[in-house]
Amino acid sequence: MSGLNAVTDATFEAEVLQSAKPVLVDFWAPWCHPCRQLTPIVEQLAEENSEAMKFVAINTDENPIIAGQAGIVSIPTLNVYQDGQLVKSIVGGKPKALLAAELAEFIG
Amino acid sequence: MEQILIVGSGPAGYTAAIYAGRAGYEPLVVAGSVTAGGNLVNTTEVENFPGFPDGVLGPELMERMAAQAKRFGAKVLHDDVTSVSLAGPVKTVRTLGGARFEAAALIVATGASYKVLGLASEQRLSGKGVSYCATCDGFFFRGKEIVVVGGGDSAMEEAVFLTRFASKVTVVHRRGELRASRIMAERAMAHPQIEFAWHSTVQEILGETKVEGVVLADTRDGATRRLDASGVFVAIGHSPNSELFAGQLKLDADGYVLVLGPPSPDEPVAARHQATSQPGVFACGDVVDRTYRQAITAAGSGAQAALDAQEYLERVAADAALAAATI
Repeated sequence: MSGLNAVTDATFEAEVLQSAKPVLVDFWAPWCHPCRQLTPIVEQLAEENSEAMKFVAINTDENPIIAGQAGIVSIPTLNVYQDGQLVKSIVGGKPKALLAAELAEFIG
Repeated sequence: MEQILIVGSGPAGYTAAIYAGRAGYEPLVVAGSVTAGGNLVNTTEVENFPGFPDGVLGPELMERMAAQAKRFGAKVLHDDVTSVSLAGPVKTVRTLGGARFEAAALIVATGASYKVLGLASEQRLSGKGVSYCATCDGFFFRGKEIVVVGGGDSAMEEAVFLTRFASKVTVVHRRGELRASRIMAERAMAHPQIEFAWHSTVQEILGETKVEGVVLADTRDGATRRLDASGVFVAIGHSPNSELFAGQLKLDADGYVLVLGPPSPDEPVAARHQATSQPGVFACGDVVDRTYRQAITAAGSGAQAALDAQEYLERVAADAALAAATI
């Protein structure tokens, strides 16, 4: 579904929390239409900013442990983790320019 | 320059695009980046759209409309309009993505957005248990107790849908009877997992980092009570997305774009129903409709808007040809 690298309950710790770069995690599910609209925008941001930031996606249906721990009750949610900590959470779809502005501190 | 530019991509926008496309205008649809498809993409089963006797999923219906519009030459752009200039024969549209378009005729089909309760606690807990989209977020409330605010069809549909996940759904409604259609009201009222808090409004949503409950106020005597809940789904209606056009098109007091409408019995002139106060600008769908607000009525007015726009363009072209011949 998503062209972003997928992380799972099993790989979240290594791929996200232990990453040297800040990581944006796209919490999505196949039945979530707004997620399907947002994902291409996140993919574009990922292509343009892969140096500064890591972009991954997690399917909340298949990975309920991480979704539960992150307190996800609304998708799409984009969480940014830096040095193992949650530093930003963006709930709901946003146009690319607005999303880029929200992520300016990470992608410059 | 575009002949016909359509802003919005719900049933009204795409139906206008199908008609304008079949007429050979290759319309440009500025569909929105994350709002494409309009409100129907956040619904589940649509049971009242003719031609689908077994129902159709809202997102699928919109994908079909988009495909049909594209088949007839419509160009669909996933970008968001930030400003318009509507005076004069050339209409200008600018987008968040930095594009600028000119068009001879513009069709406004920007729809309506959900209303919020207007509580500080609602804003703080939005996305943390406060939701405006049951189909998006209901999944995360498996086995939990949920509150649905509202008394219309949307609220009943959300309440019934949420029983798939929630252990109990309480519908909070400010009056003692529902505004919903009979079939939807009966379906909700007969449901064993749905309770009703009549004559009640949500005064506050409780919880620091996630929703823990609501404070309900009785509309008759003001008495308050607490109701525990993990989720609050707000479905109290919609308001028209017309901010872009304020000052350029005549709007009514609630922001609906005013259109000419059908002729009155006293003045049976052949009016163009979807014409706005600005020549060459037409409007359709929920942004003009405070009464019906159905997928099919939006589609119907979208067809009318496209036909009105064609008539306008033909008239402008005929006038120009006449002027050229006279010189």
